[in-house]
Amino acid sequence: MMKILNGRGARGAATAALVVALGAGVLAQTTLINGAGATFPYVIYSKWFSEYNKLHPEVQINYQSQGSGFGIQQIQKQTVFFGATDGPMTADQMLAAPGKILHFPTVLGAVVPIYNIPGVTASLKFTGPVLADIFLGKITKWNDAKLTGLNPGIALPNTDITIARRSDGSGTTYIFVDYLAKVSPEWKTRVGVANSVNWPVGLGAPGNAGVSGLVKQTPGAIGYVELIYAIQNQISYGTVQNLAGEYVAASVESVTAAAAAAAGKMPPDFRVSITNAEGKGVYPISSFTWLLVYENPKDKPTAKVFVEFMKWMLGDGQKFAAQLGYAPLPPQVVQLELAAIAKIKLQ
Amino acid sequence: MLRRPRLFLSDLIFRMGTGAFALVLVLIVMGIGVVLWQESHLAIQKFGFAFWRTSQWNPVMGEFGAFPFIWGTLYSSILALFIAGPIAIGIAIFLSELCPLRLRQPLVFLTELLAAIPSIVYGLWGVFVLIPIVRSLQTSLPDWIRAIPAFSGPPVGVSMLSAGLILAIMVIPFSSAVAREVLKSVPASQREAAYALGSTRWEATRAALHYGRAGIIGALMLGFGRALGETMAVTMVIGNTPKALASVFAPQHTMAAVIANEFVEASDQLHADALVEIGLVLFVITLLVNIGSRMLIWNMTRQRSGSRRPAAATPAASVPGAA
Repeated sequence: MMKILNGRGARGAATAALVVALGAGVLAQTTLINGAGATFPYVIYSKWFSEYNKLHPEVQINYQSQGSGFGIQQIQKQTVFFGATDGPMTADQMLAAPGKILHFPTVLGAVVPIYNIPGVTASLKFTGPVLADIFLGKITKWNDAKLTGLNPGIALPNTDITIARRSDGSGTTYIFVDYLAKVSPEWKTRVGVANSVNWPVGLGAPGNAGVSGLVKQTPGAIGYVELIYAIQNQISYGTVQNLAGEYVAASVESVTAAAAAAAGKMPPDFRVSITNAEGKGVYPISSFTWLLVYENPKDKPTAKVFVEFMKWMLGDGQKFAAQLGYAPLPPQVVQLELAAIAKIKLQ
Repeated sequence: MLRRPRLFLSDLIFRMGTGAFALVLVLIVMGIGVVLWQESHLAIQKFGFAFWRTSQWNPVMGEFGAFPFIWGTLYSSILALFIAGPIAIGIAIFLSELCPLRLRQPLVFLTELLAAIPSIVYGLWGVFVLIPIVRSLQTSLPDWIRAIPAFSGPPVGVSMLSAGLILAIMVIPFSSAVAREVLKSVPASQREAAYALGSTRWEATRAALHYGRAGIIGALMLGFGRALGETMAVTMVIGNTPKALASVFAPQHTMAAVIANEFVEASDQLHADALVEIGLVLFVITLLVNIGSRMLIWNMTRQRSGSRRPAAATPAASVPGAA
């Protein structure tokens, strides 16, 4: 608009006024879409919204990343057009909403165990049950027979294990304890699965930065952070044994593999946990993150615009995932989602 | 003759206008209390007064008890009070009684600067500097001391002591500023009388302290009130473990910290309501502490003739989350 104004500025006030009026007309057609939810996918969501805005300047998407719980509450109250969450909504939460809410996976993330053992630089191997026993407080020393058995050749010291975990409610915690509950019956009954749980042992620190800071500073500490965080901050992390018996390091490929393995058994509503997924090359502590949209949205014009955005996100948008440390969706899941998007009632 | 009633009218409007603003303040405080009460009714109904004394905090099972958080908040704040109290009073005495004039302004400026640092910066400093110091302090203690319950616990540095120390540093500027005002308000005649009786400087200062004792206590209580509500710096160094333990080296939790940590991602309505009820408990405790400290200061200022009003210079009592 500035260019037009500059070009025609000399023609006098009347033309300028006309152009301003035209400009106002364009502005009135701008679609502003509000969303809220998970912090974990914030980096790629803001990238997507700004890239999409470059392609379609008339579409502006605002996203408040205040947590998955916040996103679920806001979509239930219909104060935002879409929500976002790292853990699928529970049946109770779905019932509390005034209409049917659809889940759409957008990208994938993983949670990795990080540790600080004086004198050990090698990557440690973990199994699910051993991780569960560590976080239950049953394995208390780094030279416990279970750990030395998994890691022959690494001289593990006789140091106490200090657990570092999230103090804030978090989707990261949800993914991690969801995995522990699947591999340890005791974890499932004693602790359970939620965004914040009653930890048997350990120190709480806020955020990925808090947990990694605590681990870096405390000799003998173990904690868990999101893969992107470990990559961006160059924190070394352990490998975890998957159901096929392989010790797999988290990476964009191994996380996408987990999603591809789950694609065959994908429920129609996409509310699926892919921790401890079967298959080769699969990293077992992986998860989708979801967008939440009403099946029958009240605001039809906005819904039409947002559906177009979602199609772009599942297509071209996926290209941005890997460079930002997220794993892109496998093609099978994209196909299923494109079919599901058609169910959103636009009329 | 014409001007007098008009003046009277404008005075009336002025008085009513400012009065309305003052009333708004009262209404806001009452409104906060009412809203906290309403928003926590699920938890209040389910747990009643047991909420204050039970120790389970399990969002998965829906069991909530506030005792470890109340304990942690009071423990860390009292610890901060005991560490900060002597230092704050020392600073106040030095600045008001002993300090050379050239040094006074820079020192006052520095203490006020401490108050202006955002609490997250204190938290970062705590994580990178204080925690390693506390950890090495703990590991350097002989074993027989570490066997005492008050000093036991894993050597991780993240602990009640770290929280108490960081809170102490944060409240010192508040307490010392008010204490300095209190000492300044002690009439010169008090000190002159003491010197006339042959007192040393120390004895004269003691007399001044005695004269202003209620105000000094009020100054410390203001700092205490601020410590109760401090959130960010504390949560970064205290370990966020909801267990009420006697040890200064044990990781614990506070009321403000658990609200900040868990509210956004509260798993269900009961969890959210329980967190709001913790806010209500904190609100009540902070209110009582602040009312107590205000009354002490008012009490002291009322003892003297109204020529000077030292209490007017005191900073506002803190409200949780204000930092």
